Amino acid sequence: MTFLEYAPAPESTGLLNLKDSYGLFIDGEFVEARGESFATISPATEKTIALISTASDEDVDAAVAAARRAYDSTWSRLSGRDRGKYLFRIARLVQERARELAVAESLDNGKPIKESRDFDIPTVAAWFFYYAGWADKLDHAGLGANPSSLGVAAQVIPWNFPLMMLAWKVAPALAAGNTVVLKPAETTSLTALLFAEILQQADLPAGVVNIVTGAGATGRTLVNHPDVNKVAFTGSTAVGREIARSLAGTSKKITLELGGKAANIVFDDAPIDQAIEGIVNGIFFNQGQVCCAGSRLLVQENIHDEVVARLKERLSTLRVGDPLDKNTDVGAINSAAQLARVTELTAAGEAEGAVRWSPSCDLPSEGFWFAPTIFTNVQASHRIARDEIFGPVLSVLSFRTPAEAIAKANNTPYGLSAGIWSDKGSRVLAVADKLRAGVVWANTFNKFDPASPFGGYKESGYGREGGRPGLAAYLKPAPLGSSAAAPATPAAPATPAVTAPRSTSARKKAAK
Amino acid sequence: MTIDTLTAGALARNLVGGDVTDANLRRYLEGIPGIDAVGLEQRAASLGTRSIKTTSKAWALDRIIQLIDLTTLEGADTPGKVRSLVAKAMVPDASDPTTPRVAAVCVYGDMVGDAVTALGASHGDPDHGGISVAAVATAFPSGRASLAVKLADTADAVSAGADEIDMVIDRGAFLSGRYGLVYDQIVAVKEACRRADGSFAHLKVILETGELNTYDNVRRASWLSILAGGDFIKTSTGKVAPAATLPVTLSMLEVVRDWHRLTGQKIGVKPAGGIRSSKDAIKYLVTVAETVGEEWLTPHLFRFGASSLLNDVLLQRQKLTTGHYSGADYVTID
Repeated sequence: MTFLEYAPAPESTGLLNLKDSYGLFIDGEFVEARGESFATISPATEKTIALISTASDEDVDAAVAAARRAYDSTWSRLSGRDRGKYLFRIARLVQERARELAVAESLDNGKPIKESRDFDIPTVAAWFFYYAGWADKLDHAGLGANPSSLGVAAQVIPWNFPLMMLAWKVAPALAAGNTVVLKPAETTSLTALLFAEILQQADLPAGVVNIVTGAGATGRTLVNHPDVNKVAFTGSTAVGREIARSLAGTSKKITLELGGKAANIVFDDAPIDQAIEGIVNGIFFNQGQVCCAGSRLLVQENIHDEVVARLKERLSTLRVGDPLDKNTDVGAINSAAQLARVTELTAAGEAEGAVRWSPSCDLPSEGFWFAPTIFTNVQASHRIARDEIFGPVLSVLSFRTPAEAIAKANNTPYGLSAGIWSDKGSRVLAVADKLRAGVVWANTFNKFDPASPFGGYKESGYGREGGRPGLAAYLKPAPLGSSAAAPATPAAPATPAVTAPRSTSARKKAAK
Repeated sequence: MTIDTLTAGALARNLVGGDVTDANLRRYLEGIPGIDAVGLEQRAASLGTRSIKTTSKAWALDRIIQLIDLTTLEGADTPGKVRSLVAKAMVPDASDPTTPRVAAVCVYGDMVGDAVTALGASHGDPDHGGISVAAVATAFPSGRASLAVKLADTADAVSAGADEIDMVIDRGAFLSGRYGLVYDQIVAVKEACRRADGSFAHLKVILETGELNTYDNVRRASWLSILAGGDFIKTSTGKVAPAATLPVTLSMLEVVRDWHRLTGQKIGVKPAGGIRSSKDAIKYLVTVAETVGEEWLTPHLFRFGASSLLNDVLLQRQKLTTGHYSGADYVTID
């Protein structure tokens, strides 16, 4: 045997307690949907995990109505401190059930367990903890004293970080005092439904968060629902454009976090070994299915060959395979449709004259797999240098001067993120200043923190998530003439007391 | 295997582009790309999350034992202490004869004779089932003595039968930028490792990374030691905290990997001090295998400088065989 063929180390699925089929989560209860059910499968094996419901227009109506009732009768009347208590409780329950959520996420999405375990789920908990702290401090959100919530928020999230995107949307909305109707992506509804169980465990008042599952039609009905006050969407630029168009002229507030084609710029004085790691992390993290992925590598020409050689060597050590194996670095592509898109775009790359390279790796016969791929000799005009591939495919381009690097990096309709690798601090700051991207990472990549706002320029969308701007996106200033100086006193009789949570451990922790 | 001094000197002159002077060395060493500490530590941490189970774990535990330099470096060392160390090295686990032997015993120079005597017929190359004797030299651990004293210290240990010399670099000279002095001293010590028959004792160069403080310094000192002809680069004496850490070892392995790419020569790496558990040691094996390659996991290219690690590995090994944990009293203390 060779040591490097590590013995299988699969994470057990024994702690999962999944149902055969799931309804919709409306008004605090799981209810049957009126639409057809569909199967959610594991992209690594194509085996069915559970049946998921499709919410019809009537179901969406019911969910929005429940959210409205909860907003009017309960949630908007709770004090920030009490809202915070619920959010803290949710955060703790996420931590408590972290392993279970990680396994479910990897099973349903195809991402390696080490990522769901060490990145996704901890980030989810961090987001709830962070916004729990904000709930009673809204006066400091930057909108003056006593800002008010917006009402019912319709949130539509993508399949690449299912539970994490849920947290990014739900946590600030609830902290600010809104109620929510959320639609997860159709291929990855599972953890959102487990999250609904957590909400029941936390005794969140009925209707504050409603989860409707289904495909694009359900999402369209939801964002266009007349009783929705805020729309938050993360996903493709095409759908984002459609939403923007249909919402134009309405009073709905909107946040869009869309595609990207990030430039990862490596200067010749970069800390080379860490830059290689950063390039790998930038594009192969979550199989490259990351809107802020560093999919365009811009390397200074004098180190181009060395970087490519080292990159190839490093790629040969990546482990592609079973997402539930703890040693897997690259898991499965989320769906057959996505795999087809990646396959089509890479074929176009070859046809346009770029040079394709992948390490030799055995891909499983079942499921949706794509070997990590590098394209060299890529020109700025190639589709693989312009279109978002959303897969484990890196396009390598070169540049000669910082000015050229900046020009090439900005030469995209997107502007979500960028990376700079250089040992010279002044250069990092000067270049970062000129990059039109919402997030610029220096000597690192794909770093997230709840306190740090995230969002894009141009076709990457508008609005910010995370930090104070992420909170302000769910608030509006107190109306003129209102007694803005008066503290937000909950209307005494109507305010329901925060009930004790059902989970013993959550209760114990809450008591601390 | 041992890199001879003439080749090393020619290679160094070739690489630094002229005579090996302070100025040339500085230009060369400071032209090497820097290290980003956050990124390096993140990479080391991610290698540390590999999950090594069942057959891989069994292989790893046996290999760790075969890579250990079982060490005693105390002022209170006596011939009796060295004899019991040697006995432990030869029979690590009396309850299980399939337990492999360690690679070497590591002692102070004046204890080499005792170690050689105690080993008897078992004294030899770990690649052929023997156990080597390694001696620390050059005014270990501080290295604060004249060159003449350091060379005498080295020659003394070699003539007493040491197969390997663990020298310390002059950290004071390194930190004050006198790279040429550090280089010359390593070259001189290497020469002092030459035996009467013309062969060399293996030279391990201790960087004492805890005193070098930055990863950039560790990287430069690693290049410098290899340029000067060291066969191994070793993290620490074990007398300064922090001793070996995974990121430091990773940064040294990256130098070794780059040197191999550049010259085809394979240099060894020895983390020493602070590695006490099997779990930690397995992280090092993973880091070696995924950075320079699995072929580095042999006694000629990788060692652990450790004393308490061995017993933890033995306990883990017993657990794999019997299915339950015993306790510290079921392995011998030395």
